[in-house]
Amino acid sequence: MSEQNEISASQLRWRCRRGMLELDMLLNAYVEMEYDNLSAEDKALFLKLLDYQDQELLGFLLEKKEPSDVTISALITKIRSICNSKFNCMKAIE
Amino acid sequence: MAAIQRRKFDTLIIGAGGGGLRAALKLSDADASVAVVSKVFPTRSHTVAAQGGMNAALANVLPDNWHWHMFDTIKGSDYLGDQDAIEYMCRAAPKAVYELEHFGVPFSRLDNGKIYQRPFGGQSQNFGGDQAARTCAAADRTGHAILHSLYQQNIRARTHFFDEYFSVDLLKNDEGHVLGALIFNIHDGQPIIIEAKTTLLATGGAGQLYRTTTNAMINTGDGLGMALRAGVPLQDMEFFQFHPTGIAGRGMLITEGARGEGGYLVNGDGERLMERYAPKAKDLASRDVVSRAIATEIREGRGCGPNKDYVMLKLDHLGEAVIQKRLPGIRQTCMTFLGIDPAEAAIPVFPTAHYTMGGIPTNRNGQVVMPVKDTPEEVIEGLYAAGECACVSVHGANRLGGNSLLDILVFGRAAANHIIDYLKENRYHRSMDEASVNKAMARFQRWDKKAEDGGESVSALRDELKAVMEQHCGVFRNDEVLKEGVQKIEQLAERLKEATIGDHSDTFNTARVEALELENLMACGLATMHSACARRESRGAHSRIDYPERDDKNWMRHSLYSFESGLDYKPVRTKPVSVDSFPPKPRVY
Repeated sequence: MSEQNEISASQLRWRCRRGMLELDMLLNAYVEMEYDNLSAEDKALFLKLLDYQDQELLGFLLEKKEPSDVTISALITKIRSICNSKFNCMKAIE
Repeated sequence: MAAIQRRKFDTLIIGAGGGGLRAALKLSDADASVAVVSKVFPTRSHTVAAQGGMNAALANVLPDNWHWHMFDTIKGSDYLGDQDAIEYMCRAAPKAVYELEHFGVPFSRLDNGKIYQRPFGGQSQNFGGDQAARTCAAADRTGHAILHSLYQQNIRARTHFFDEYFSVDLLKNDEGHVLGALIFNIHDGQPIIIEAKTTLLATGGAGQLYRTTTNAMINTGDGLGMALRAGVPLQDMEFFQFHPTGIAGRGMLITEGARGEGGYLVNGDGERLMERYAPKAKDLASRDVVSRAIATEIREGRGCGPNKDYVMLKLDHLGEAVIQKRLPGIRQTCMTFLGIDPAEAAIPVFPTAHYTMGGIPTNRNGQVVMPVKDTPEEVIEGLYAAGECACVSVHGANRLGGNSLLDILVFGRAAANHIIDYLKENRYHRSMDEASVNKAMARFQRWDKKAEDGGESVSALRDELKAVMEQHCGVFRNDEVLKEGVQKIEQLAERLKEATIGDHSDTFNTARVEALELENLMACGLATMHSACARRESRGAHSRIDYPERDDKNWMRHSLYSFESGLDYKPVRTKPVSVDSFPPKPRVY
């Protein structure tokens, strides 16, 4: 855990660079909006989520698939909720 | 400063998408020592996003042969594609599919056990006759399946991966031989010199040049920037494929299927805009027509929203049941990224940048070529390119669906084959030129300059670049708009030289990576804008309002843009390898 305690925002941000635009946007929104509120455990769990393959992650985040791990499932719900507040208003379109 | 670490390999491959990994596998299986450098973990490369499939004339569903595939690709390219390379690709396609099958790609099957093939736009039987079915797919995750299979095979073949390393610049000697690259570890900021007898650029496209794009954030044209800085021109960069209906301000695709199901576009006055631009086909007109119509409406002040900078795609009249049954993915995407249920409200859309047809000029062996004196295609020893960053050119002015995965696999393999022969004749590393190393290090260290010197921010300049590209080199192009674009981007490039970053740490310094990426994007932007401004015709994806026709007499030639010489041109290779040429004809469907 000691190494994970030191996970920086930029390290997480880099791991959020994915092969798909949709994932870039959703995962980066979570880091941008939530990093300061995350505990070491939260960061470690997020890092675990980032180990999933891109297609699988996209399935989770667009609610096409349900993760079998309940902690991951709760994290997905949280990310979706945060992204809702970022993306789900027409004003956000620049 | 401590001496820079050095590593030696037979081949350095920059980029770990399908093109890079296909080449790496062939080389590792031939017992070459191969380093693959990737700024992200390999299976997070953009190949993973390719859903459609891969073309090959297998004739499993409908009659087909490679010659018809070749015709369709040449016609699709609006006769700017090189016919020898296109013949090579179409002939090699079936073998490329079978190889992938052996590597473990789970292609979708027909009941008789053969590989399923779906019809795609631009495919025909008998040279423009009935629709063909040529696209092999692994459900809707073909790119993902290919990338993962190739990665696992490379692990088996003991390819050496440098994951999360960023490539700064190519290294050359006095004679112009490319001898590797300077890279650095994103984890700790430490530079490494990779000395290689051969270097393959496979870094993908540059969709991040545009504000609205389908491309992932990693698609920053890194190999294209490296090539330009190494004195290699970029070819046909004015040809950038746009999809008409991306989600405005976001970029994701809303497939043509939405309009196919009865969706239609409306402007800020609530009018069905396509009735004026394509009275017959209306919303089902071809991609370039719909894209231009949207851009024209916005330019003339008939856009929607507070800034009038998008139009609306209406689907709500179709009813919830139809949308849920036929377009469930689109519904979920809209709800996630807009908070809009298309069953209840219209979707804001804008043309979205999708694919870079231009790139680093290569021959069909993947060798990078450039004009030297009177020779239009002199080989640069030791340097290869494959995939979206390369311009072979098989896509010419417009790429057909299903041909991009094919391109990366066929030419990744072809480059590896040539490299294997090259390595047999070039058994020793050439001595490294320290001036080249110093130049690359200077670029790397240039971003150590402190912010108190008052430089502009990288992110602000990146936003400006994307806006300039969208406004001046998007789907609406004319002389006035482009000339103004050239001026603006030249000024932006100058300002970038003085920009600074706030973070000078070594550990995961993403600010430095983003600054280096912006330099690459700026290089691509310069090439794209200059090439587009000079080409006074409309061909494929390059559509000029002031020159609406294709002009084969003056413009059936490839553009070449370099920092050293500006614009130059070379002829299209109209002679195939073994069959007769396809002479240019009007491109009508």
